[in-house]
Amino acid sequence: MNRALRPLVATTAIFILAYMAAILQFPNMLSTRVIGNLLTDNAFLGIAAVGMTFVIISGGIDLSVGAVIGFTTVLNAILIMWVGLHPFAAFAISLIIAAAFGAVMGAAIHYLKVPAFIVTLAGMFLARGGASVLSPDSIGIKHDLYTSISKSYILLPGGGRLTIIAMIMLAVFAAGIILAHRTRFGSYVYALGGNETSAALMGVPVARTTILIYTLSSTLAGLAGIVFSLYTSAGYSLSALGVELDAIAAVVIGGTLLTGGYGFVAGTFIGVMLQGLVQTYIVFDGTLSSWWTKIVIGALLFMFILLQRLVFSASTPTRNVFWKT
Amino acid sequence: MKRLNWKGALLRPQFAALAAVLFINWLLFPGFFDITWQDGRLFGSVIDVLNRGAPVAILAIGMTAVIATKGVDLSVGAVMAIAGAVAAVMVTSGSPAIVAVAAALAVGLLCGLWNGVLVTYLEIQPIIATLVLMVAGRGLAQLVTEGSIVTFSDPVLIFIGTGAFLGMPMPVVIAVCLMLLATLAVRRTALGLLIEAVGVNRSAARFAGISSGVLLLVVYTFCGFCAATAGLIVAGDIRGADANNAGLWLELDAILAVVIGGTSLLGGRFSIPMSVVGALIIQAMNTGILISGFSPEFNLVVKSGVIILILVLQSPLVSQWVSARTTALPVRGPKRKPL
Repeated sequence: MNRALRPLVATTAIFILAYMAAILQFPNMLSTRVIGNLLTDNAFLGIAAVGMTFVIISGGIDLSVGAVIGFTTVLNAILIMWVGLHPFAAFAISLIIAAAFGAVMGAAIHYLKVPAFIVTLAGMFLARGGASVLSPDSIGIKHDLYTSISKSYILLPGGGRLTIIAMIMLAVFAAGIILAHRTRFGSYVYALGGNETSAALMGVPVARTTILIYTLSSTLAGLAGIVFSLYTSAGYSLSALGVELDAIAAVVIGGTLLTGGYGFVAGTFIGVMLQGLVQTYIVFDGTLSSWWTKIVIGALLFMFILLQRLVFSASTPTRNVFWKT
Repeated sequence: MKRLNWKGALLRPQFAALAAVLFINWLLFPGFFDITWQDGRLFGSVIDVLNRGAPVAILAIGMTAVIATKGVDLSVGAVMAIAGAVAAVMVTSGSPAIVAVAAALAVGLLCGLWNGVLVTYLEIQPIIATLVLMVAGRGLAQLVTEGSIVTFSDPVLIFIGTGAFLGMPMPVVIAVCLMLLATLAVRRTALGLLIEAVGVNRSAARFAGISSGVLLLVVYTFCGFCAATAGLIVAGDIRGADANNAGLWLELDAILAVVIGGTSLLGGRFSIPMSVVGALIIQAMNTGILISGFSPEFNLVVKSGVIILILVLQSPLVSQWVSARTTALPVRGPKRKPL
């Protein structure tokens, strides 16, 4: 077996084992209904996590995704309910603003030579604050398109529902896998994460690639915000609080190396599903409290970080890179 | 060791920024500098800035040491919640307050030690190593409080949060003591030099004979201790432990305070008193926004503006531009175009 695929296989095996253990205890969990809900409930997280995967493979980090999701939900709600735009026009405006936001952050990271961590932290404050300034209260969205989207789904055998937002997430993952492994941009991202200096010497356009990576991440966060507003039919400045951490955890659990240069978009999908499974299990159990979700996700995160150390300590020399700009 | 140059220290941009923020506050609210003496303690907006700024200042003291070693500690907010939860649950179950405080501080030390072990011996990047405790820590705190907000009426714990000593609020006294002790420890011994050496180049420091592993452990443990202290103050202030909201996002404020104080995120040179000044600048801005009648959410926008300004000022582009403007005639070659 290819050595490089080991973390992906480990994640998948753990997901299957965990799912089987859950089924042994609650046979009802093996149904297309549960799987359909798993996909729908985690759609926004999955979409944001695809962007985060690219950022982390390039050796950076994006703390602003949760705030961008919150901002997009508010902007959407205002454009649809107060301005009276058609939802599709509102979606287009939201995506353009999110993309511009990411491009500015990417440019700041590259040209000002400051850690991505602090730039995206500023971005997080700005997006969250901007959303609160637009509207501190939750705005409900009532529009025919929203009701028709939430009512339409593909019926799976067994009564499960594959909703439109779940299909959007699956499409984003498929596009992400192709973008990462089959395009020039994908190779640039991996090269940048491996070693920025070498990448530049090999002719990778570092400035353009860095800006595009953060543009991609913010655009996908904007799309996740649209999906979140479809999911909740509301816009609220404090929605999706802390989703950036869930997204980072999903990426790490999916086997992507945090120092950059190595990882899979498909692994991130398993990471998102594993987090969703933990939540579903806790709902099924009924006696466990919701705070166990955080503890279990923390423990999983720790386990996968350890696994990465064990798999990679033999094959790569110790790297003292703590911050990547 | 170099003597402190007070004249030079007071001319730093951070003091100018603090003075500017306080001046704007005074313009918005003419009674800003009024201080009154009542019930054996001082009252006033300035005292309030000090009091409210104390938890972030205490976090910033520990965070400065961590950032100076080229690390970061994202878990301080969660550690605050855990420490507050432990203290609250212990006093409500009948333990003496001293034992509860000691236990909370010990839990903070333990959390810091855990982070330190991950960073030092497992060689995980600090941002990720501490992310584990940041995610799981709030869950642990809720496990301790069993999901509810535990309120208490223990006079000692409440004194830590709201009491006064020699007229000053207790959080301010604790913060000042910690700052003085930490500054003396790093500046009157070789400790500060060793921390800077590890931050600049860990391998080089090890080859120079510094046991960088032990030093990193100590630094992260100290940061956990500071977080637990801040957690006790916040719990005492609201007379209860709120596992969900205690210290929420304060790790970001603490990092911001350290960055405003001039410590580089890339490790090396650091200053604990300047980080405390950074925390005061943040709190003075918060207070200013509140008294000027803007909504508190506006705070985040102003904060991000401040971060962007600092980043631009610290960036290599600007320093290149400044040095290109200030250096004398180039020795050889054509005159350089300004960037």
